[in-house]
Amino acid sequence: MNVPRWTTPALGIGALAFGAAAAVDGLWLIGPTAEQGQYSRLIVVHPPVATIAYLAFGITAVASLLYLWPRTRRREWDLLAGASAEVGVVFCALTLITGSIWGRPVWGVWWTWDARLTATALLLALFLGYLALRRIPAEETVRCRRSAVAALIAILDVPVDHFATTWWQTLHQGASVDLFQPDKHIDTSYNIALLLGFIAGLLAFSWLLIHRYRVEQLEARYETEGLTQALEERRAEAGVRVPV
Amino acid sequence: MWRDAALVAGKDLRIEWRSRVATNQVAPFALLVLILFAFALDDNPGVLTQAAAGLYWVAVLFSGLLAVQRSSAIEAADGARDHLRLSGLDPAGIFLGKAGAVAAQLLALEVLLAAGIVILYNASIGGVVLVVLTNILATAGLAAAGTLYGSLAAGLKVRETLLPLLLLPVAAPLLLAATEAWQAALGSHPGDGTEWVNLLAVFAIIYLTFGVLAFGSLLEES
Repeated sequence: MNVPRWTTPALGIGALAFGAAAAVDGLWLIGPTAEQGQYSRLIVVHPPVATIAYLAFGITAVASLLYLWPRTRRREWDLLAGASAEVGVVFCALTLITGSIWGRPVWGVWWTWDARLTATALLLALFLGYLALRRIPAEETVRCRRSAVAALIAILDVPVDHFATTWWQTLHQGASVDLFQPDKHIDTSYNIALLLGFIAGLLAFSWLLIHRYRVEQLEARYETEGLTQALEERRAEAGVRVPV
Repeated sequence: MWRDAALVAGKDLRIEWRSRVATNQVAPFALLVLILFAFALDDNPGVLTQAAAGLYWVAVLFSGLLAVQRSSAIEAADGARDHLRLSGLDPAGIFLGKAGAVAAQLLALEVLLAAGIVILYNASIGGVVLVVLTNILATAGLAAAGTLYGSLAAGLKVRETLLPLLLLPVAAPLLLAATEAWQAALGSHPGDGTEWVNLLAVFAIIYLTFGVLAFGSLLEES
């Protein structure tokens, strides 16, 4: 399962272009809102990174399930699960950081023990545990299976996190966008800014995911084929002859 | 499955009974945690009574970690895990048995700790039905999640540090719900605690089901 070479530069350039468009739109084209003033501009960043974190963990869970299922078991699924979880953790941390930056002026605190915030912090902790489990010194099959099961347990927190604002009375507001009625809660100009943010985030996520996946592949190859071959290849590249 | 579960639970409890680790180490540790909390909050005795529910469940959680660690260590020694696989027992039964044994130890420990908070923290436990229901459901959930994570970390060189990292975030909702339900029972919190008991029931059902389905996959490895 190799990803064509051209995909990463294309995704990277796309992420930069859409990121720039989202920044211009978010900083200059949309105006401040009546309730939250300038702080509402963070809508371009915060909801996209949060949703992409869910997506990343979702990919990890599906890939883990495919690894555990005997008919579809392939090492690649495990590598994809690991790569996606790593990028997901970055996006989840960004969610907490951007939320905190917004929370300080609007709520008056950096952090509060609100159901949504707590569930997101737990999600981060769960996937940090998952990544720790992936790094344990153990046999490949043991490690792959155990981390796949851990990913399936951790993903149970995603629906809890998502529906936290509906199930409990939270300080965190409910969903900003109703997919069936996009203009129900927010203005069209904000919807466009949000969409740009989503596309930029999605492209950046795909770019990072593919890069991480390739690194995981190389690491796996290094593990199976060993140091010797890697050294030989490097020597061959540099044209160094090994004295016999 | 149930017969296998009873066999495994019986085996684990017999080992614990003979080794006396639960009575000589885990139970004193749990009481020690209660005493340390008292030292930490000593300046204001009212705080201890108010926070009794939370401190009680933190103590249960810490002791639960030890019990789970023990339960998985039994299988890691002397290739017991392989023998368990060779025995032909149903993996779901093995999971339920091991979780059952952990739950039995935890329940005994919880009775001891409850006596501890009544004596040391001057807490008065009202609503006995709510307390019993909370403890049964929280213990089932903790034992199920603990057994599952215990077997994820079992046999690894880094298991002592890995298990708390994996289990504590998972147990956080359980700690929250059990504390809230106990606060309702202790009268330090308004409400009847029903919603928290429901949450505990959902937690226990999810982890028991997950364990029954996934334990076979964890045993088959290597």
